[in-house]
Amino acid sequence: MEIIKKGVAGTMQSSDLMVFVEPADTLRLEIESTVIKQFGHLIRAKADEVLAKNGVTAGFIRLTDRGALDYAIEARIETALQRASAA
Amino acid sequence: MADSQLRRTLLFVPGNMPSMLQNVPLFKCDSVIIDLEDAVNHAEKDAARNLVRRFLENWKDRNKEVLVRINPLYTKWGRDDLKAILPERPDAIRFPMCETPELALELDAELAAYERANGLEVGHFGILPSIETVKSVLNAYAIATSTKRIFGLAFGAEDYTASMGVARTNSGEDLIHPRMMIVMAAKAAGIQAIDSVFSDVNDMEALKKETELVKRIGYTGKCLVNPRQIDVIHEAFAPKREEIDYALEVVEAIKQARQMGTGVISLKGKMVDAPIVKRAVNTLRVAFAQGLVATPIDEEILNG
Repeated sequence: MEIIKKGVAGTMQSSDLMVFVEPADTLRLEIESTVIKQFGHLIRAKADEVLAKNGVTAGFIRLTDRGALDYAIEARIETALQRASAA
Repeated sequence: MADSQLRRTLLFVPGNMPSMLQNVPLFKCDSVIIDLEDAVNHAEKDAARNLVRRFLENWKDRNKEVLVRINPLYTKWGRDDLKAILPERPDAIRFPMCETPELALELDAELAAYERANGLEVGHFGILPSIETVKSVLNAYAIATSTKRIFGLAFGAEDYTASMGVARTNSGEDLIHPRMMIVMAAKAAGIQAIDSVFSDVNDMEALKKETELVKRIGYTGKCLVNPRQIDVIHEAFAPKREEIDYALEVVEAIKQARQMGTGVISLKGKMVDAPIVKRAVNTLRVAFAQGLVATPIDEEILNG
């Protein structure tokens, strides 16, 4: 999946997250979370997995997490990617 | 799909709100209706669809019936909703704005095509149509009998009052006629009648009264918008102790009658015959489901 424009998904409610994606030459993932100390590595692992599953090799991906579970992380990244790759 | 599944409480949960969605396994309702329609802004339909799909995919030990309210098929979202949701195997689709049997059949055909393509038995997914406009109330029986997937009719009072151009009240006199039409259509079709949501989550007394009213006229379930309403509705639908005791006496009496070779007997001066036994069996079935009697009723008693 190719990121051709900016895309945003999610909300700032608790148990949710916001995902911002934009085109870039390399793949870069930045995570900000209320639970970064305890779960930062798990959020990153999940995000990496979803990006790989969607064939994303380049783009700047930023997650602002409010304690989301894995299913929400996956869904919000997917939505942001779909929005950023749509013509 | 006439079934005896207990559906006293069908809780609406907004499809784009993780904080509510992930509590679904904890709610004590009988069914949950995950909403992709009215609870989701137009700009967020894609996001809600992805979220609900991933939520259902990850919810392995489902402990209640799962319905998804899709957008109507005449909108640009309806078919995409089905495409995203059906692989996660909800039990049924809550079908909004179902005004005619033709609309129900359109959904029926979509579901059948998916089932055939994926090796599922045709009829796997149920349909719970929303009867929520004047036109759908007038077509209720035709809708109820249009496909065997339909296991109930769900009244939607908010849209109904809007389509009538009247205000909705807590007292409910504005809803008497459609409620009667819908319950009669459902009973004639042999399916369940499910009442509308009661939106004022702070007026538990009015919720209780409304639930008792719809129970008296034949409804067996109610939709709701707030988990705080679950207990009040369960309590209202629960058979009362004296109703259960009477039902048990009726069953005993008719057993004696059968032994004497008759189908009718007097119990405390009142005649007991087949329709009375049927009502008693219904009461005991619900009572058992709610843990109010220890043993299930042997429904063979109906065939004596």
